[in-house]
Amino acid sequence: MNGIVPAPIAALPWRVIFILSALVGFGATVLYSAAGGNFEPWAGKHVIRFVVLLAMAIAMSRMKLEFWKSMTFPLYLLLLVLLVVVQLMGFVGGGSQRWINLGIITLQPSELMKPVMVLAAAWFFDRLPPNRIYGFDAIWPLGAILLLPSILVIIQPDFDAAIAYAFGLGVVGFMAGLPLIYFISAGVGVAVLAPLVFFFGLKAYQQDRVLIFLNPQNDPLGAGYHITQSKIAIGSGGIFGKGFGNGTQSHLDYLPEGHTDFVFATMAEEWGIVGGFFILFMYYLLMRWGLSVAMQSKTRYGQLVAAGLTCTIFFYIMINLLMVVGLAPVAGIPLPFVSHGGSSMLTMMLCVGIMMSIERHPGAKRGQFQ
Amino acid sequence: MKVEKQVTSGQLDFTFTRRAAFVGGVQAAIGLTVAARMSYIAVADNEKYKLLAESNRVNLTIIPPRRGWFVDRYGKPIATNRADFRVDIIPDRLVNKEQTVKTLAELLALSTDDVDRIHRELKLAQGFQPVQVADGLDYERFAAVSVRLPDLPGVSPRQGYSRFYPSGAAVGHLIGYVGTVSAEEYQKNKNPLLITPGFKVGKDGLEKTLEDRLQGEPGAKRTEVTARGKIVRDLATRPDIPGKPVQLTIDIDLHNYAARRLGLESGSVVIFDCLTGDILTMASMPCYDPNSFSDGIGRIEWKMLNSDDHIPMLNKALQGLYPPGSTVKPAAALAMLHHGVDPEETVVCGGGYRLGNRVFKCLGRHGPINMADALMKSCNTYFYAMGRRIGYDAIAPFSKALGLGQEFPLPFPSQRYGTIPDSAWKMRKYDQKWSESDTLNATIGQGYVSVSPFQLAIMAARIASGLNIQPEIILKKRPAPGRLNFPEEHLAVVREGMNRVVNGDGTAVRSRLEIPGIAMAGKTGTAQVRRIAGSQRGQSGAWKYRDHGLFVCFAPVDNPRYGASVVIEHGMGGARAAAPIAKDVLTFLYDREKAMASLEALEAGWGGNIEQRMASKYAAFQGQPAAPPPLDPTT
Repeated sequence: MNGIVPAPIAALPWRVIFILSALVGFGATVLYSAAGGNFEPWAGKHVIRFVVLLAMAIAMSRMKLEFWKSMTFPLYLLLLVLLVVVQLMGFVGGGSQRWINLGIITLQPSELMKPVMVLAAAWFFDRLPPNRIYGFDAIWPLGAILLLPSILVIIQPDFDAAIAYAFGLGVVGFMAGLPLIYFISAGVGVAVLAPLVFFFGLKAYQQDRVLIFLNPQNDPLGAGYHITQSKIAIGSGGIFGKGFGNGTQSHLDYLPEGHTDFVFATMAEEWGIVGGFFILFMYYLLMRWGLSVAMQSKTRYGQLVAAGLTCTIFFYIMINLLMVVGLAPVAGIPLPFVSHGGSSMLTMMLCVGIMMSIERHPGAKRGQFQ
Repeated sequence: MKVEKQVTSGQLDFTFTRRAAFVGGVQAAIGLTVAARMSYIAVADNEKYKLLAESNRVNLTIIPPRRGWFVDRYGKPIATNRADFRVDIIPDRLVNKEQTVKTLAELLALSTDDVDRIHRELKLAQGFQPVQVADGLDYERFAAVSVRLPDLPGVSPRQGYSRFYPSGAAVGHLIGYVGTVSAEEYQKNKNPLLITPGFKVGKDGLEKTLEDRLQGEPGAKRTEVTARGKIVRDLATRPDIPGKPVQLTIDIDLHNYAARRLGLESGSVVIFDCLTGDILTMASMPCYDPNSFSDGIGRIEWKMLNSDDHIPMLNKALQGLYPPGSTVKPAAALAMLHHGVDPEETVVCGGGYRLGNRVFKCLGRHGPINMADALMKSCNTYFYAMGRRIGYDAIAPFSKALGLGQEFPLPFPSQRYGTIPDSAWKMRKYDQKWSESDTLNATIGQGYVSVSPFQLAIMAARIASGLNIQPEIILKKRPAPGRLNFPEEHLAVVREGMNRVVNGDGTAVRSRLEIPGIAMAGKTGTAQVRRIAGSQRGQSGAWKYRDHGLFVCFAPVDNPRYGASVVIEHGMGGARAAAPIAKDVLTFLYDREKAMASLEALEAGWGGNIEQRMASKYAAFQGQPAAPPPLDPTT
């Protein structure tokens, strides 16, 4: 390419930038309407955050893959320390706290741990000799990686984060080629353990969430309210929606968290399933990009990180959308690139930045000469 | 150690590719699930959710219909609706009852009697029934409550209409009052209108019996509200259809005058248009104030009404029954004329009439007296003698034909009809033969005879016009009443006798009208409350044992237009207590200024007009311990 566009600009990962811009732009449109036709307080910040974090992601993409590999373990340790610090701060401050306020931005270590968990797992499998993949050697270190941060977040208590860690780790292990029997038996194990965890492991409010998910009509004005109102918003939107700025569920505050966790319902009310399909299609493109980055990466670390991070993003999308349409219990998981919120946007853009770096540096096959 | 399978990185690469494809497939499957679910909600269930979104968004408020007015025969208002601000409590939605009522009491400056009533009604009310806190509020008080609404769940401030009776207590028994729907009524008919704050139904009098006509159709106000209940904007509003107005035959000025003129007495004034049967006045005093009753009855107010021996809860015109005394003598005279008594025939009155070994006393010693003069002097001896001659079974039909003891189909919730006895009645009731002393007693309106003031007024009107008038309270075109079956010359004798009562040398000469060209004819009556015992003749002693004073009359004598009765409970005599009131009330028809002048002079001595007297009485009752009123005091 040697047109009028300068080479550094032409070299930018335009495909993913376009996809993300479409999602963020549409998200900002929805947030603009949700604020009653105002950029304040959500839409403007949403766009600015994206632009800043996109610059950060592009900067990250300049880093070589080796850099991330070398940073993996230090990052993991740093976040562990931060999780302990957060816990101590909460202990001192009297109450649970999940973030550290750095003035310009609030850091949520449990959130940042999600992509780092993927890096750590990939780092481990990269170092694991191929013929040890069926052995116990392939398992116990993973357990160790998972256990420490999980314990720290569960006492916060943030059970959702622990599930996300396990999910990220599991996906990387799956892609790394761990025997299928592990996953099948884990699935069976979950099916058996789920009721036990439900009755003995969950706190009352967490139990309620699950019960209400199973039957929201039982408590339409209490905790089932979220699901009911979300379904009303989506259902009343129909095919083409009520039109931009005409969503009553969101504007009249019937839909709770209409700018964060339930932003998809806010969108669907005004844009209908047409808008919903647009978002789904953008996510499809994003996932396809992520997996293609993984496939095209020549290094095992790059492959596993790209695939793992793609699935981390997907985990957010899946939990949020299934919740919003009433197929999963209410969980405080935002919709990537659409929901208002700095913490999740930061995590997502960290994932994207690392994936961009992998796209830019596919590397060489082990044993191949570059 | 078992032998490990040899795995190369190439195999792992291959596994990665396959598994990545699998993961992509799972992602796509989940994406499709979401898409399918979303489509199902938004397309198949679209109607359902649209409706739900709409019912979220739109708040439907019922606008209680304005009640139909009551107006008098000239269109003057008797009961109207006043636009006002009101505050109610919906008990179901209350969170902190004590605190809410306390806050409201401060904001609205409620009296302790009001607070007490609110607490009592809250205790009795079913959760859905609104309990009125206050109405008729000014905008500032209303706004003070409105702005604190977020802290006062269950409190409902509204702009609406409340019933207003300009005449106050004067029309209480005639019109009745309104109140909130009782729990039983709502259980019977679960119409949400019934529990809308501000909606009232008739509880007594015409308000109750004409409910269907007065109620009207509720309107609906649609507003867009947020989840927190804040009104964003008004949508289409369907206005209420006010109830139909009811025009009564009442002349409200005359009625009010009569009610005021009754003063401190317990009694009633009924006036008919004797050509048509229209009820011009039906005043019964004392009475509750329907304005304050319609707001809910306070403990003190209830005690004040209930401890009054003048029984303010009773409509004396329709529900009071009295021995009519001498006021029935004109009816007896008509019967005597019909049965061949010559009006010029005289009976010698020596102060009484001997029947067997018993002497029936006359109030005077009248000497030889004919029919007209017997009426004038109210000579008992004449009526004993002539009554005995024709027998009471011959008199009773005439009394009945004049309306005494009769039922009339009027839209009042309860009327009492009294008794015109005869021998068959006595046999039926007591299984005893009619005696001659029964005849003597009944002929002068004592003994078994009891009638209502309303019937006495009909009698006066029928004698005056000779027309078989039927009483009517609702103004409408009616066929002219037919003539009564009495020869005009018989009526002339009776009317002449009644004329002499007032304008001759009769018992009510002091109540002669002082209007040039207009004369009133009448008949006094004094009815014993209990048998004369010893020297006590019902003219002194405890109020409740004194004689009733009655007076029936018509005017003008030469061309009768109005027939009336005035009954004063324990007034001691018709001439003394009742006739002067009749005089003033009839004067009002011809010369308002003169009538008002004499009324104002009287009221100065009574301690003010009705309203002022009730207010000072209420003040006197304040602070006394009082038991709460029953749920429905008039039933």
